[in-house]
Amino acid sequence: MPPPLKIANASGFWGDQPDAAARLVAAQPDLGFLTLDYLAEVSLSIMAIVRSKDPSAGYARDFVDVVRSLCPFWSAGGATRVVTNAGGLDPDACARECAGVLRAAGLSRLKVAAVGGDDVLPVLGSATGGFANLETGALLSTVAPRLVTANAYLGAGAIADALRAGADVVITGRVADPSLTVGPCIAHFGWSPADFGPIAGATVAGHLIECGTQACGGFSTDWLDLPDNLSIGFPIVEVSADGSCVVTKAAGTGGAVTAQTVKEQLLYEIGDPGNYLSPDAAVSFLTLRVEPAGADRVRVSGATGRAPTDSYKVSATYRDGYKAHGMVTIFGHDAVKKARRAGEGVLLRLQGAGCLYREHLIECLGTGASVRGIASRMSDTQLVETVLRVSVAADSREPVERFAKEIAPLVTCGPQGVTGYAAGRPRVLPIFGFWPTLVSRSAVSPTFRILDGTRP
Amino acid sequence: MIPLREIAFARSGDKGSSANVAVFGRTPEAYRWLRDHLTEGAVEAHFRPLGVGRVTRYDVPNLEALNFVLTDVLAGGGSRSLRVDSQGKALGMALLELQVDFQPKK
Repeated sequence: MPPPLKIANASGFWGDQPDAAARLVAAQPDLGFLTLDYLAEVSLSIMAIVRSKDPSAGYARDFVDVVRSLCPFWSAGGATRVVTNAGGLDPDACARECAGVLRAAGLSRLKVAAVGGDDVLPVLGSATGGFANLETGALLSTVAPRLVTANAYLGAGAIADALRAGADVVITGRVADPSLTVGPCIAHFGWSPADFGPIAGATVAGHLIECGTQACGGFSTDWLDLPDNLSIGFPIVEVSADGSCVVTKAAGTGGAVTAQTVKEQLLYEIGDPGNYLSPDAAVSFLTLRVEPAGADRVRVSGATGRAPTDSYKVSATYRDGYKAHGMVTIFGHDAVKKARRAGEGVLLRLQGAGCLYREHLIECLGTGASVRGIASRMSDTQLVETVLRVSVAADSREPVERFAKEIAPLVTCGPQGVTGYAAGRPRVLPIFGFWPTLVSRSAVSPTFRILDGTRP
Repeated sequence: MIPLREIAFARSGDKGSSANVAVFGRTPEAYRWLRDHLTEGAVEAHFRPLGVGRVTRYDVPNLEALNFVLTDVLAGGGSRSLRVDSQGKALGMALLELQVDFQPKK
């Protein structure tokens, strides 16, 4: 039995701790792989908007800084390889930029690969039927002219191929998050695509680490009671040849890896636990065993897998108007009553100015507004302070821009005790509708390309 | 009556305009109580103020857990929702505030 493959995660989302990767390899230089996840459901639509103003901005530029931060480690002989979906809409451009950083650091020997083929916007754009919304059943034709992005969640195959071809850094666009971990396992252990048992295990391992510190106590119910909860470590999985794994974290980091933290993360963003659909396998979590295996070590085994479905899941986005949120703090007696009245005043003034909104909302933070109507133990009259949050949404930009100008006037025309408005005018944000759908595997061709690192 | 958090821990997250809330017994006895009492109807009633649609419960006995999938609970979700909790991050904590009649066996 070969030794386990150690895979860590160093980014759970676009905006996660920028120095996590360098800290991980410093603490644990024997890691086989680092994975970094940058793409949430609507991240690609944000990239599409930024790219429309700056053609070089179709990927997560933060990752280029991560590569730069790893150069001293690689120059000193470090051999950890990296797999990331930072490529976003433009894995090639991201790979070229990273290859340039490596070249400048004298590391031309390291190979960078770009994985593509996830962009299915042309497929959806030219479709005359099909691609109904998986959640609502709505027809694509209702949003087709407003589509911004459409990307299939690719599997681990092209990642594994790139690694077998010698890539040290693999940069993808949209792939299923666990596939960032499954790809290295397939390449390392030599599994065939039909080894659904081990692949199911590796998929579970990848799911466990895809959200960064969340496997080690971040976002956990009992966060406050964790040891050293201000420096929670990023997770490491030690994957065995049978696909089972031990979840752990680097020595000297905070947080904890316990059955509780692992179980919480296992069911994070999960539908039917008996049928977790990834492009690499259909996985059942109902056969999993979660057992302590030492301090900050938890063994996860027993995943069962079947062949994946014959389609890829697609995450498409479409333009769906604009929104803005304005906030001020209100202190004093009857704070909540005053806040509601002031918020209604803003909306009335805008109505008088002829602004129409398809949706609006007044929230008084501090009153249990995050889950309005549930489980508030204090009556509003007991509160001496609240944050008034007013939100609007409209099909066009103009009424939302006008709204953004109506929050600050509360400072002088609202109740005494209005404060905390220093953040300035609310930003007008584009809304992207989310369109989950399916595309036949036959319409998608995952590819990889290794950049020649020796010349620009 | 005690708050559910005394016998359970939880985790919530979003998928489009739906969310899932997983609830885990802190002890085997607590899990059995959850399994027998925390029905789809009870969870639906708890989240009704948020306009929740269909609630589906999945039992996960090997993790001593129940996973609830709540449709249409995020007022559009992700980019669309105007709510401060547009991604269901607070739903796990909200369920743990549920008052329950759990009697530990002596």
